[in-house]
Amino acid sequence: MSTTASNTNASGGGRSRGPAPAGERLADWADGRLGIYSLAKSNMRKIFPDHWSFMLGEVCLYSFIIIILTGVYLTLFFHPSMNEVVYHGSYVPLQGQLMSEAFNSTLHISFEVRGGLLIRQIHHWAALIFLAGMFVHMMRVFFTGAFRKPREVNWLFGFLLFVLGMFTGFTGYSLPDDLLSGTGVRFMEGAILSVPIVGTYLSFFLFGGQFPGHDFVARFYSIHILLLPGIMLGLLVAHLILVFYHKHTQFAGPGKTNNNVVGMPLLPVYMAKAGGFFFLVFGVIAAIAAIAQINPIWAIGPYRPDQVSTGAQPDWYMGFSEGLIRVMPGWEINFWGHTLVLGVFIPLIIFPLVLVAIAVYPFIEAWVTGDRREHHILDRPRNAPTRTAFGAAWISWYFVLLIGGGNDLWATHFHLSINAITWFVRISFFVVPVITFVVTKRVCLGLQRRDKDKVLHGRESGIIKRLPHGEFIEVHEPLSQEQLYTLTAHEQYEPVELGPTVDENGVERKIKGSQKLRAKLSNAYYGEDNQIQKPTVEEYREITSGHGHH
Amino acid sequence: MKKLSARRRHPLAAVVVLLLALAATGGLYTAFAPASKAKADDTAQSLTIEEGKKLYEVGCASCHGTGGQGTTDGPSLVGVGAAAVDFQVGTGRMPAQQPGAQVPRKRVIYNQAQIDQLAAYIASLGAGPAVPTKNQYSPEGADVAKGGELFRTNCAQCHNFTGKGGALTHGKFAPELTGVSPKHIYEAMQTGPQNMPSFPDTTMTEKNKKDIIAYLNAVNGDETENPGGLELGGLGPVSEGLFAWIFGLGALIAVAVWVAARTAKAKKS
Repeated sequence: MSTTASNTNASGGGRSRGPAPAGERLADWADGRLGIYSLAKSNMRKIFPDHWSFMLGEVCLYSFIIIILTGVYLTLFFHPSMNEVVYHGSYVPLQGQLMSEAFNSTLHISFEVRGGLLIRQIHHWAALIFLAGMFVHMMRVFFTGAFRKPREVNWLFGFLLFVLGMFTGFTGYSLPDDLLSGTGVRFMEGAILSVPIVGTYLSFFLFGGQFPGHDFVARFYSIHILLLPGIMLGLLVAHLILVFYHKHTQFAGPGKTNNNVVGMPLLPVYMAKAGGFFFLVFGVIAAIAAIAQINPIWAIGPYRPDQVSTGAQPDWYMGFSEGLIRVMPGWEINFWGHTLVLGVFIPLIIFPLVLVAIAVYPFIEAWVTGDRREHHILDRPRNAPTRTAFGAAWISWYFVLLIGGGNDLWATHFHLSINAITWFVRISFFVVPVITFVVTKRVCLGLQRRDKDKVLHGRESGIIKRLPHGEFIEVHEPLSQEQLYTLTAHEQYEPVELGPTVDENGVERKIKGSQKLRAKLSNAYYGEDNQIQKPTVEEYREITSGHGHH
Repeated sequence: MKKLSARRRHPLAAVVVLLLALAATGGLYTAFAPASKAKADDTAQSLTIEEGKKLYEVGCASCHGTGGQGTTDGPSLVGVGAAAVDFQVGTGRMPAQQPGAQVPRKRVIYNQAQIDQLAAYIASLGAGPAVPTKNQYSPEGADVAKGGELFRTNCAQCHNFTGKGGALTHGKFAPELTGVSPKHIYEAMQTGPQNMPSFPDTTMTEKNKKDIIAYLNAVNGDETENPGGLELGGLGPVSEGLFAWIFGLGALIAVAVWVAARTAKAKKS
């Protein structure tokens, strides 16, 4: 392999070009050891389509990198220990107070370590933005149907990243051992205790004895900085490899098919754009961290199990679980000297179900359509009304629970009764998703009708013309060929038919319940009233040939 | 002495003795009794109470009854003490604008002299906590850290970590403690206004109350610094989450749209 360079030179038709440039020699050296040429050849010209919503995943990736970088800095000064110490630092209102070493070192990071508070705030803001970014990224993938074959596994990877991100965030939020996060850990302990039979054992196992014990900060620390981020990093790499392997999806348009990708190459265009975007993301997060304070643990105070404050909420991504527990009636069943705390146990069961509801959706849709083809062209949300309605309903459900999680602040800031809000959330938990589903579906169908109208009759020009006999009409301008293509590029499924109920011999056919369900769902998705048939070529010709006669 | 003794049967002797005795008693009285001053004070006090009663009849009696005995619309004021009046009227809570779950803080409509008159009248109805002196509530020399610990143990569960307020049931609330004067905080702890429990000196000593006032002054006062930047209301993760979504993710999406709109143009061949 070391002869490659001289060979390249010699192959120049005998003309001596002198020694190869340093960059080329370095690249040759690396190729000989890493095989970068073949990798680069297949990937450097990888094409990516251009759309702002395709950069949401990048926001997540970059904030994750920012979190790792700042997190490493924080580990240099943080002491994950619950040993009790007396505070002698520079924050006067806590001097002389007993606190854990974890809290003490977080105060030290905030007030004495150079740049410590800024780094801490970047770390925390980036975490909130990371989760928010993942949420929006996931919704983009959902509403455009980018989860369809071949990307179902990548959808699950992304979903796992979101869930792991929630728990990484929660463990990180608990590390400073302040009164706010300690209340959150206490909340979690309560949830674990509510598990029938094994709850107490699980809690003792996790906390190394009675809550709070002396272990949980150190345990959460290794989970927060090693276990969960390690898994996330692996999933992230797999997620990105699959994005490369599947190639990126694109919106329908002229020249864009299921078999090509229209866009710009990775090198140089996307390398420059993505690299620049990293610094923009870092810049925005750093600016926010410099402007706005987050989790001021000095004002919150050290954790003591006998103290609690109002306004004790988790970070936003755990807010829906807070909502579940706040609005749940405090039911409990007592028998044989045991207590089953349904008021806590039921929310604990619903908590994963809220998340799983959205995670399994792609598989349900694939089953209903029975479509086994690959899809690389994205749907416009309106063209998949049932899916869009389901997604909107899920979001509304999630946000209803967020309202429940912040019910005290809604009460104080909107001068409402907290009990009224709790009842509102209890009812909305069941009602609002249904209403959202119906309304969203109607809106989607309305938009489909509008698209159809635009295709057949053209765009409203706003020009009013008076005809000789006195009638006023608005002039419609026909759409361009590109627009016509884009508006009619989506394909529409036919609802699944169950077929005749009897076979050719007149014997009643056995139809499985699952088949009946599938046919029903399919009709709900693609039946006559559930999607607007897009205009056919014949319809278009018939109408446009008579153009001018109106 | 003979002359004097000879005239002791004089018809006017009794008159002279009487005059002397009167003069002596009067003189002694004027010399030793602080009576004249006390007398003057008593008059002022009764005048104050009198004035307070008049104010009371106009502004308070419709709910609290003509003698402060209370009605269905307002509680009895017998024994609440001057401190309660000074707090409720001094923070504008009383007179109440309308009945409701809780009477909020609003513009103060009486001046301090009138408040004192009202307080004197209410105090005259029955013994209760007096208005504290500056010595009692002034946060100078108090232990801020101890106050923080006491605040987190006794107050934070309703008023939030640094006194930003919180919700109670059925529209009641624990108000924000920003901008409340030390005297009113002291009186609130002493008297337990509206939905608040009271912390009399037997439960929480005068010194502890001072510590709490000093703590609030340190973390929620005019000169409190937020080393991390904007406080976002000091309400914790809800406002932080809202900020992260709107300004954090909002800004990043704006940047993404900006970047995506600036693409490399293909060369026209």
